[in-house]
Amino acid sequence: MEKTQKLWMIFSGALFGAFAVLLVRFGNPANMGLCIACFIRDIAGSMKLHQAGVVQYLRPEIVGLVLGAFIMAVANKEYHAQGGSSPVTRFVLGIFVMIGALMFLGCPLRMVLRLAGGDLNAVVGLLGFTAGILLGVFFLQKGFSLKRTYQQSGFEGSMITIVLVGLFVLSLVAPLLFARSETGPGSMAAPWLLALGVGLIIGAVAHKTRLCMVGGIRDVVLFRDFHLLTGFLSILVVATLANLLNGSFHLGWVNQPVAFQNFTWNFLGMALVGFGSALLGGCPLRQLILAGAGNSDSAITILGLLVGAAICHNFGLASSLAGPTMAGKIAVGIGLISTLIIALVNTYRRP
Amino acid sequence: MKTIDARGLSCPEPVLVTKKAIQQELPVTILVDQQVAVENIVRFAHKEGLYDTVKIMDNYFSILISRQ
Repeated sequence: MEKTQKLWMIFSGALFGAFAVLLVRFGNPANMGLCIACFIRDIAGSMKLHQAGVVQYLRPEIVGLVLGAFIMAVANKEYHAQGGSSPVTRFVLGIFVMIGALMFLGCPLRMVLRLAGGDLNAVVGLLGFTAGILLGVFFLQKGFSLKRTYQQSGFEGSMITIVLVGLFVLSLVAPLLFARSETGPGSMAAPWLLALGVGLIIGAVAHKTRLCMVGGIRDVVLFRDFHLLTGFLSILVVATLANLLNGSFHLGWVNQPVAFQNFTWNFLGMALVGFGSALLGGCPLRQLILAGAGNSDSAITILGLLVGAAICHNFGLASSLAGPTMAGKIAVGIGLISTLIIALVNTYRRP
Repeated sequence: MKTIDARGLSCPEPVLVTKKAIQQELPVTILVDQQVAVENIVRFAHKEGLYDTVKIMDNYFSILISRQ
């Protein structure tokens, strides 16, 4: 059984890597075939929660990922409606994870895809990400817990899936309701049917394999378990090969697509993502998959990411090709300190 | 024999409590409510050279971990 699990994990990583490069080939921004943080940010823009005109589009990939996980969970009889494990804390952590991701310009998944495109700034991101996870692991070993979840109604568990599908259908029948970028990354998109299809497939596969970027590094440190890391490496290898074949591999620090060179802030941005995600029990991708499978705490986390994205653009926190902003640096600082306090309180409080 | 209730705990806590429990005594029973936790605990037990028996209960799983 464990050998089959490992093969599935390699397969799902390979699928992610290949599909990500395919989506870029068909129109998604460079090294951004799939990016959970960027795409949730685009959705926040499409819903006019922020007014950054270049990043507004209701990305079908996100809808597909959640729906794919939902279908797979129901089909496998693993759909499990549950929630109630410190939802507001999770919401706040979701906001901070997004602030960290938009400092670096990418979620852990895009970090791997940037590495696969030859962007060396992502190596710095990976170092920060690892440091953040190590900090989270320290607290997990000391007993950090956001407490138990409880059973919820099936309807509650599927609410986020219903809302996302509803919004998506609305965007097809009444496209003018939603903002849509005419220039910039938000205007660059693969055809919606392809984007939705890829989302559905990898959402289903990611549910089956439990692929998680944070879990990969965490489990190696905690249990010397390389299972999840295999998926991480598989994405990297396959996406690198696909980029080489596609002519989209450019090794270097400068002129990388949707990226900047600043060691400190690439490091600290991803450190915040790693730390927050380790406390949440999974990276933004994993939160989408868990939400599809009925976990309303993960649904709350996604709403936190959505609100976080709106905050980032409304208050000028998000970085750009020019680099980080002063407001962004302050916000990442506040995020790191707040996450540390959340970790301390949930580790050392009296039972 | 000790029984540890890890139902409702989210990843990676079920494996962490298992790790702590097997350091104290064996055999031990862990209760979890998700398939993913079962897979993780079983994988962990095998890596530690231990054996497992998974029982499917009403709406949760009971995993017995022992030396044989």
